[in-house]
Amino acid sequence: MSFLSIFYALLFYFATGLLVVGLGYKIRQYAKTPAPLKIPTTPAPVTKGGVVIRMAKEVVFFYSLFRSNKWIWLFGWLFHITLFVVLLRHLRYFTEPVWWWVDLLQPFGKYAAFGMIAGLAGLWARRFLVDRVRYISAPSDHLMLALLLGIGISGASMTFVSHTDIVSVKVFFLGLMRFDLQPLPSDPLLLIHLGLVAALMIIFPFSKLLHAPGVFFSPTRNQVDNPREQRHVAAWAVAEFESAGDQQKNNT
Amino acid sequence: MADFEIPKIKNYLEIPAVQEDVMAHSSPFIAKPPHQAGLGFPEELVDDWENKAIEKMGDLLGKYRSFQVYLDSCVKCGACTDKCHYFIGTTDAKNMPVARQDLLRKVYRRYFTFAGKYFPKLVGATDMTKEVLDEWYSYFHQCSQCRRCSVFCPYGIDTAEISMAAREIMDEVGLGQKYCNEIILKAQTIGNNLGLPERALADTLIDLEEEVEEDTGLPVKYPLDVKGADILLVTPSADFFAEPHIDGLIGYGKVFHEVGASWTMSSKASEAANFGMFIGSYANMRKLAMRIREAAIELGVKRIVFGECGHAWRVAYSFLNTLAGPFDFLDPNYPVPQHICEFTHGYLEEGKLRINKEENDHMRLTFHDSCNVARGSRMGPTPGGQFEIPRKIIKAVCNHYYDMAQDTIHDATYCCGGGGGLLTDDLMEIRVKGALPRMQALKTVVDDHGVTNMAAICAICKSQFTKVLPYYDFSMDMIVSVHQLVSDAIVLTGSEQEKELDGVEDDEAEATAE
Repeated sequence: MSFLSIFYALLFYFATGLLVVGLGYKIRQYAKTPAPLKIPTTPAPVTKGGVVIRMAKEVVFFYSLFRSNKWIWLFGWLFHITLFVVLLRHLRYFTEPVWWWVDLLQPFGKYAAFGMIAGLAGLWARRFLVDRVRYISAPSDHLMLALLLGIGISGASMTFVSHTDIVSVKVFFLGLMRFDLQPLPSDPLLLIHLGLVAALMIIFPFSKLLHAPGVFFSPTRNQVDNPREQRHVAAWAVAEFESAGDQQKNNT
Repeated sequence: MADFEIPKIKNYLEIPAVQEDVMAHSSPFIAKPPHQAGLGFPEELVDDWENKAIEKMGDLLGKYRSFQVYLDSCVKCGACTDKCHYFIGTTDAKNMPVARQDLLRKVYRRYFTFAGKYFPKLVGATDMTKEVLDEWYSYFHQCSQCRRCSVFCPYGIDTAEISMAAREIMDEVGLGQKYCNEIILKAQTIGNNLGLPERALADTLIDLEEEVEEDTGLPVKYPLDVKGADILLVTPSADFFAEPHIDGLIGYGKVFHEVGASWTMSSKASEAANFGMFIGSYANMRKLAMRIREAAIELGVKRIVFGECGHAWRVAYSFLNTLAGPFDFLDPNYPVPQHICEFTHGYLEEGKLRINKEENDHMRLTFHDSCNVARGSRMGPTPGGQFEIPRKIIKAVCNHYYDMAQDTIHDATYCCGGGGGLLTDDLMEIRVKGALPRMQALKTVVDDHGVTNMAAICAICKSQFTKVLPYYDFSMDMIVSVHQLVSDAIVLTGSEQEKELDGVEDDEAEATAE
């Protein structure tokens, strides 16, 4: 077994572990931190079902962003939706036999890479061309786009320019999943692609990529607008203000 | 007129080129020691304030999910950058919502995130220094917590939440804002933001009754501290004396009179506004809210109705039940609390109020959606009622109504420029500049439809526009209360107006007419 295969195997175990634990920690933190006040941005749904629809509009169509800025929406939505299709397509490297609907996606998944690259390029261009966005961009914002673009371009290159031994790659990953180490091909494009993906997985829980779980926990979007009908109060507020000695309360 | 440049109204709203630190000089007066101490904050900037500030930030991160999630989630996409009225009016980069948040986020990252601790330059993280604190004090007092940015953010990140947290941290280390803290203390000790004692209130209301009787010939009452009344009206104290606020109060009284409601105001809870929200202080906000609960219990009322006030209605609608509930001692057939517009609208729908729209024919109206009503509350049973109900009232009492441009109303409304604790003379420059987008939209309907007046349902909006309109060559009395329009058009049963409208009935008057 080559050093490279061992290195990448360990890298992916490490990256996966960190992604799962790190993301799990942040999601737990978001879920456990109370939202003591009702702050939905109104008009807001008055039922839980309505909130599910509102959230779906945000997550699937980027509704608020669409209202806000058509260019950012175009590039951002294009990037995310094509990334989603590309990710689904990649399921074929982790399943045997390949699920029928993943097979069905294959041709779309291949070309979605171009949408991904175009979307990222558009978003990056805005960081240089629009003075407001230039002002708010930190080095990490540029690096994040470079990383994603690197993943997209290296991946698409293997599909359209210089094929890698994809069968062996699949054997490697299926092996990883069963803790049975198999050799990884050593094409530079593949190694770059996988290295960048692992890097992305590692920084996910420490970066602004937390917007992915964050959006589901955003009180302005996920709260039901019913403060008059239903009393909403946080445990810490009860403990701090409404514990036993609150005389005003007992007046009633 | 001013020692700063007043923005020009152009043909359409321009998104300005970014300029750095052009508003860095804008800072409100600092709270005096007694006002700090009165609210439970240190009298002045404490020793070791850097650590205390970080400690408080950690405390808030554990208490407010919004604060934690919003500090993590921003991707710097830029969607909010052109949405803030203060950015549009001042061109200052740090008035872009994301840049304002970043003033705090960069400190959060430094002390609470792995990336900020080990790679501060990479992610733009900085230490808590005096320069940072000064910047906070300046720019978190250039935010009116209007939530317009939140509407347009793909994750709903609400700069108001960040701004409130920043102000609470500053209060906690002894750096409070004079205007807000002085007012909160007055409301907590005397009962209202203006510090009007019970006697002064009673006198004002007697004058008001005389004035209305002179006008209508009817003994319309403006009762104070009447035990056993059905309805407790809680209204912003500006309604007791300021123009055009007081004309709104006259209107509420006429509606109550006409429908035969038993109502009262309270000297203890003579303030609808709750400035505790502006400084992000749950404890102080709750103290103010509890006065309303106590007044309702002491007076034995069955319902609570709020007068026209923006942030007040947000706190009342969204937070009152949380802060001072449950209100199970009130009549469950009515929402707690109810907005005066919901009240009046109900009777208008039922046809219980006689209206002579021609009384308002000298005006052509538009309506300014107050930010915190629009984006932080509701009226009526369905979402968006906060936009429909006030407009329905205006259209029911006026013949000429025109909306301003779609992207400046409803939940996309622009703040008046004076909300969130900025309605003070020491912040005049930011107030005038922040009003630009609203003034621009107003100018368009003035030119296109001959609009003469703008109605609003917020005490801060009314005061702000009264002061700011002249800077943009409008007349200060363009701004009117919604219930002032109701007041002018309502035909009270048995009033002089009714007699005039129906022809003279009694012989004596007939004789003099001949």
